[in-house]
Amino acid sequence: MKTLDTTFECETGNYHTFCPISCVARLYQKIEDSFFLVVGTKTCGYFLQNALGVMIFAEPRYAMAELEEGDISAQLNDQEELKRICIKIKRDRNPSVIIWIGTCTTEIIKMDLEGIAPKPEKELGVPIVVARANGLDYAFTQGEDTVSAAMAHRCPKLNNTINQNTKSTIGNTDESETRTGSSDFEERKLENQNLVLLGSLPSNVASQLNLELKRQSINVSGWLPPQKYTQLPSLGEGVYACGVNPFLSRTATTLMRRRKCHLIGAPFPIGPDGTRAWIEKICYAFGLNPQGLKEREEQIWKGLTEYTTLVNGKSVFFMGDNLLEISLARFLIRCGMIVYEIGIPYMDKRYQAAELSLSKSTCKSMNTPMPRIVEKPDNYNQVQRMHELKPDLAITGMAHANPLEARGIDTKWSVEFTFAQIHGFTNARDVLELVTRPLRRNRGLSLPGWNNLLKQTIYD
Amino acid sequence: MKLAYWMYAGPAHIGTLRVASSFKNVHAVMHAPLGDDYFNVMRSMLERERDFTPVTASIVDRHVLARGSQEKVANNTNRKDEEQRPDLIVLTPTCTSSILQEDLQNFADRASISSMSDVILADVNYYRVNELQAADRTLEQIIRHYLTKAIGEGTLNRSITDTPSANIIGIFTLGSHNQHDCRELKRLLQGLGILINQIIPEGGSLRDLIDLPRAWSNIIPYREVGLMTANFLEKEFGMPYVSITPVGLLDTAEFIGQIEKYINIWAPVLLQGKVNYESYVINQTKFVSQAAWFSKSIDCQNLTGKEAVVSGDATHASSITKILVKEMGIRVRCSGTYCRHDNEWFNEQVQGLCDEVLVTEDHTEVGDATARIEPSAIFGTQMERHTGKRINIPCGVIPSPVHIQNFPLGYRPFLGYEGTNQIADSVYNSFNPGMEDYLPDVFGGHDTKEVVTKLLSNEKDLEWTTESQLELSKIPGFVRGKIKKNTEMFAKQNNISIITIDVMYAAKEGLSS
Repeated sequence: MKTLDTTFECETGNYHTFCPISCVARLYQKIEDSFFLVVGTKTCGYFLQNALGVMIFAEPRYAMAELEEGDISAQLNDQEELKRICIKIKRDRNPSVIIWIGTCTTEIIKMDLEGIAPKPEKELGVPIVVARANGLDYAFTQGEDTVSAAMAHRCPKLNNTINQNTKSTIGNTDESETRTGSSDFEERKLENQNLVLLGSLPSNVASQLNLELKRQSINVSGWLPPQKYTQLPSLGEGVYACGVNPFLSRTATTLMRRRKCHLIGAPFPIGPDGTRAWIEKICYAFGLNPQGLKEREEQIWKGLTEYTTLVNGKSVFFMGDNLLEISLARFLIRCGMIVYEIGIPYMDKRYQAAELSLSKSTCKSMNTPMPRIVEKPDNYNQVQRMHELKPDLAITGMAHANPLEARGIDTKWSVEFTFAQIHGFTNARDVLELVTRPLRRNRGLSLPGWNNLLKQTIYD
Repeated sequence: MKLAYWMYAGPAHIGTLRVASSFKNVHAVMHAPLGDDYFNVMRSMLERERDFTPVTASIVDRHVLARGSQEKVANNTNRKDEEQRPDLIVLTPTCTSSILQEDLQNFADRASISSMSDVILADVNYYRVNELQAADRTLEQIIRHYLTKAIGEGTLNRSITDTPSANIIGIFTLGSHNQHDCRELKRLLQGLGILINQIIPEGGSLRDLIDLPRAWSNIIPYREVGLMTANFLEKEFGMPYVSITPVGLLDTAEFIGQIEKYINIWAPVLLQGKVNYESYVINQTKFVSQAAWFSKSIDCQNLTGKEAVVSGDATHASSITKILVKEMGIRVRCSGTYCRHDNEWFNEQVQGLCDEVLVTEDHTEVGDATARIEPSAIFGTQMERHTGKRINIPCGVIPSPVHIQNFPLGYRPFLGYEGTNQIADSVYNSFNPGMEDYLPDVFGGHDTKEVVTKLLSNEKDLEWTTESQLELSKIPGFVRGKIKKNTEMFAKQNNISIITIDVMYAAKEGLSS
């Protein structure tokens, strides 16, 4: 792997982020026939019900297996308890898969979830996938990474002889259409393609990306995680995998090491620049020449002028909590913004290598220095730095957003980037819509002297 | 293990943090894994707090699991001490630290040696108490700590104030409507000529705590948090306390009566005469509060005998039950609370006022009871509001747990005389207003679409004739579902497959006899 001469800093890790169990919110909606069971305490439950707000009331397909004193002191049998709960879940909801989410507590009391799972799985006849998404080891979006990595083990093995059959069942309904439209040479190429994309995206964003690749005569043979657990993609030698999100390094590693897939290292399809680079890398991996991407990118940029003029020259500070930071910063730099600092919970320099080098070349072409990348940031120190730098915009969690606003620093709530549709050419606008919202709000407001609304200045 | 989708009361550490962060210049250091500082988000969002929440986490990670927290907790505590110079640092255990069983007390002691701030360890057992109990305990712990210290140093001021005064105990952050309630209480006491000695914990300064015993009495507006402190102060300093919640006209009058009693202990000596608040109460009840007049007005007459279900924390659920029954003539079919630890008190309060009492932490039990009873309105927490939405029954939200909309910007107290106005509005708006409900039904209804969809019954073997459908649509909306259900039940019992108008009436007669 290439190493970059960018300097990485590492602080104390005293920062605010969501607990990784929050991944159930995205994933239970993505995997339609799943049920997520979080094995943890009231603390976990309280976080979920407050963080996910309204979704709680819509009969969610997730619940807590709330540990009580008897479970902690091993007076109760974990296996029996979990089995009892899973029987109830099967009876009430009948899911195709139950995903157990291990938490800090199960780690500390060393509850062997992986060891326990096979027995109830057999008795219930429902697959039980175990993912340890806990706050001891991971931050926020990394929860999704652990679940996807756990699922990768359940994907069927790719059998090259029945390759064509599995591909057609995966359901590219208009495959025939592509075939009639392409030459013999391309068709032969298509047959050898086996591309699995990693990351849970809303289904319409997933199909937008599928379509972008189809324009380059590349068929996506499956997604991990899929729309339904029963549609897990086949994995094995000869399968190419590519991530759409920057926080999927465990999944990528699992695919490479355990399932012998080939990983395409690419920047992530966030922003038109990222999307183009992402498609290009995939094309090169399949020995194709990308078609019309330059024009498409330019056309998207043209459509964004209204926003880019607004952000041009403005400065931004990423406090860091969801691992999307490098990609977003790279896109914003390309939009003409100045990035003071990129805080990030965890930086996998190998998985993100292509993204980092794109960031670097973007900085060069935009003639700005590469921003400092601060791993495991310290929020207190960051606020001190922000106090000096006075950025036009801070991208931060909700714990800091209101206090910063009261101090005259505009903020954008970072979690929105994980729930909004930000991938692909089509959604570049949505990213800027989010980023410019505080700026546009200010333009609309006329609040003379209302910029600083602190009750008292106890903080400097 | 318990299968749980939702909970009413949060985990213990939330209670500790709520109390600690309410005091001025107190910092809480949580011993917790990454992501457990969600409290900061809630405070910043729900309370729309302008300042950084004075809570940091001393992160528990793999490293800590291997080596123990050792220096980490002490270092983080000392660091906060240097950075922000708080008066007190409260070391807060979480579920994680209670399993790790590290000697946090030792860390607290060590940190307090090297830091300028006082350091104490919140003494709560995560697996035994909930948010509210923990808050109660932590408040008592802090007060006890500072008063005991003052006694030791001989700095405590024990002389009571010249004029009647009171402490308000239990107003704190993330308590829904607490700020408004506090303002209303102040107004009430001002009206009675009583000085506010101190309000704790919200905005209270630890340095002032030594003056706490100077008040003539303590006021505990919410029984969930503050009673332990009040008991301590009573035992230690002989301070009487009022634990009646002044919600509704009757309880507010009783609350004032109790205060009067306590003031009159000292009044003959210090004020040269007893106080009498009777005329104040009458004046407020008749003219300041509109609730008494509302109860008498014909609007409220329409509510007579309407049915309601109440659920919430012990304080609010019991108070609202009393108001509905005693002040508005509404029939409370079921009154419940999730404060299981206060079961006995709650039962005593609502005894004789409702048909059944439901003490449970399981929201589905409350939902099932509501669906079974089919009341005209629900008064409950956010969860009951959602239940109500699902089964199409209006809901008035009483704290707590609550959402951001229950932290209104406008003045909305539950307590005192203005509180009675607010509650009357909320109750009146929750029931479908009488005429609005009645008139459309007289004229065939404007909600024909709803009638049609409601008739898409799952009972395939039952058929409603056109006439009977029309008849059903004439029945006022709020009882329509019930009548439909009853008729279908009657039809099934009598092996009738086609429901005609006759069957409908027969069912009505059958059931009422």
